[in-house]
Order: sequence, then structure tokens, then C-alpha cells
Amino acid sequence: MLFNLPFITVVIVIGLGLYAMLYKRNLIKIVIGLSLVESGVNLFLVSLGYRNGGIAPIYTSAPSTHMVLPTPQALTLTSIVIGVATTAMLLSFCVVIYRNYGTLDARKVRRLRE
Amino acid sequence: MRNALLAISLLIVFASLLYVAINPGDFGAATGEHLVFGEPKYSDMDDYFIHNGQNQTGANNIVTSIVFDYRGFDTLGEASVLFTAVLGTGVALRLLRRDRK
Amino acid sequence: MMSKIVRTQASFLYTLILIFGFYIVAHGHLTPGGGFQGGAVIATGIALIVVAYKFENIKGWVKKSMLTTAESIGLLAFIITGISGIGVSFFYNWLANSGLLFGRVVHYGINPGYINTAGTLPIMNLAVGIEVLGGLGVIIMYFLHYAKEVK
Repeated sequence: MLFNLPFITVVIVIGLGLYAMLYKRNLIKIVIGLSLVESGVNLFLVSLGYRNGGIAPIYTSAPSTHMVLPTPQALTLTSIVIGVATTAMLLSFCVVIYRNYGTLDARKVRRLRE
Repeated sequence: MRNALLAISLLIVFASLLYVAINPGDFGAATGEHLVFGEPKYSDMDDYFIHNGQNQTGANNIVTSIVFDYRGFDTLGEASVLFTAVLGTGVALRLLRRDRK
Repeated sequence: MMSKIVRTQASFLYTLILIFGFYIVAHGHLTPGGGFQGGAVIATGIALIVVAYKFENIKGWVKKSMLTTAESIGLLAFIITGISGIGVSFFYNWLANSGLLFGRVVHYGINPGYINTAGTLPIMNLAVGIEVLGGLGVIIMYFLHYAKEVK
């Protein structure tokens, strides 16, 4: 059971993110939950490409040539940058919502403004 | 009622994901397609990159040669997404100042 | 504005973080790292300097227009570097193994790492590094600049 500990960690992180997104009313906490789900997916992608005993795919003074798969790492890099961009976007929307409604509670942000 | 429904659905999703994570070999074991941590099944493309990446692009870092050379279009889209996100952030926050006046 | 100790340490660490970030960007094709990571590190330095001093006090130090210009220039340089290989295909690495700039021939195998390799990859790394530095820095600047409008 312990040998696939990364998958269990992925499930725990994604579960915590889903819990935060479903149960929390604060918009900032919802954004934090979304970031947690993103982190879980990134960890899942990277752990899919792992080979037993492999090293990072870099040849500079490498101890061996048995390497892990590089493509999931490259796609995860893309995913991380896009995650940063979407998080910044969502936080700016949170700022705008707080300015217009005076609250970050998701239940109270439903009235039409004037 | 609503909270109970939420809790049950969340619990079902979490339990099924945890079951798959603990026993990843149950799905597709009959055809040999199951998921095993540490032994990826299909790695032809990655082996090609690992063996030919240095000769073709000259970079020691295979991840960089994939990000910027083999999959350059991906990176172009990614840079565009970052640019657009910065633009959107600026526009959304600029609305604050206009509303105040 | 934080206390004097924090400000002194921040202005000292700012240069170190900048050097480390540009090191990561420049060695992106040899060591772990690359344009995105190095740009993020440099943006962290900008965030440090903004937190230590107040936003109003760094107007002459880190300008928002400078960062937006860096972002645009980085994206443009990236696209132009991609287009420069249009003779064969888009994003073709025409400088690799050519003996020109960044064109040292590399064979398969473990080597100590030479900076003069990898063709257009270091140029793209630098372009993306500048773009990410400008993008993340300008996000921080936007949030802090418009924070006073919220209250």
C-alpha cells in the first residue's frame, strides 16, 4: 500500500480542495480550494511519469541514463503557469466583488446592483 | 437536506478515488492495461525524446527541449494565456477606479 | 513600511534574488529551471521589495510601465524567435548544432554541460523569462496599486 503513496496523497489533496469548494462560503477560500485541486492534478501528472529508480531527465553530470518520463513534467509546467494566471484572474474578480457588494460571502452576492 | 446530500456525494467521490488510489491495479488488469506506480506502460515517445533530444536540439535538459522545441505551440499558447490573464486583471481592477468616480 | 532591519535586508536580498533568477533563466537548457521558473523567482524579488518598502515609496525603483513593457517585449521576442525558423517550420531550431551562436555540437551522453549549446532554446528561455517576470510583477503591482480603491 505504501508504494503508491503519491496517488493517495493526490486523492487527499483533491478531496480537501473539493471540500473547500463545496462547503466554504468565502470566495477567497473557494479560490484556495481550486488551487488545491490544481495542485493535486499536477502531482498526479508528475507521479504518472515516474519510473522506479529514475533520475530527472537532465544530462548535465547525471549519475545514470535511466530517466523518468519528461513529457508529463513539461505539460505540468504548462499547467502550473496557467494555474497561476487563472488564480490571479479569480482573485481580481474577488476584489471587484468585494468593492461592489461589500462582502465576500457567496450567499450574499446574489442581488442585482442598482 | 442540502448539506446531507453534499456530504454524501463528496464522501462517495472521495471514497471511490481513494479506493482506486490504493488498488490501482483493479481496472484493466485483465488486459494488462492497469496502472502501476513506477512502471509506466507506454513510454515510446518519452524514450525517443530521451535518446534523441540531445542530438536534435543540443539541450541537456530534456524538459526544456520539449517545452520550447518539440511542443513549442503549447508554450506559445501558455505565454498568450499569461499575457491575457495579466490584461484581464488590469481591466478588472481598473473598473474599481471608474466606479469610484 | 517595515522596520529598518527588514528594509536593509530586503534591499540586500533583492540583488541576490535577481542574480539567482537570471542564473536560472540563463542555464535553463543545462540545469533544472528555465524561463518560467526564473521569471517567477525574479517576480518574488519584486514582491519582497514591495512588501518591505511601501508601494508609494518604490515608484522610482520598480515602475509598472517598465514591467508591462518587459512583458510585451518578452512575448514579441518569443514569437519572433519562433518565426525565424519558418524556412523549415514554425519553431524550427535552426541554430542547434550549426556552429554559430549557441550552436556547439552535442552528442548523446552525459556531459558536464556547455553554455554555448541548444540553438534557439536559450533565446526563447530569456524571452519567456522576461515575459513571466513582467507578467507576475505587474500582477503584484496591480493588486497593490488598486488596493486603496477597495476600502
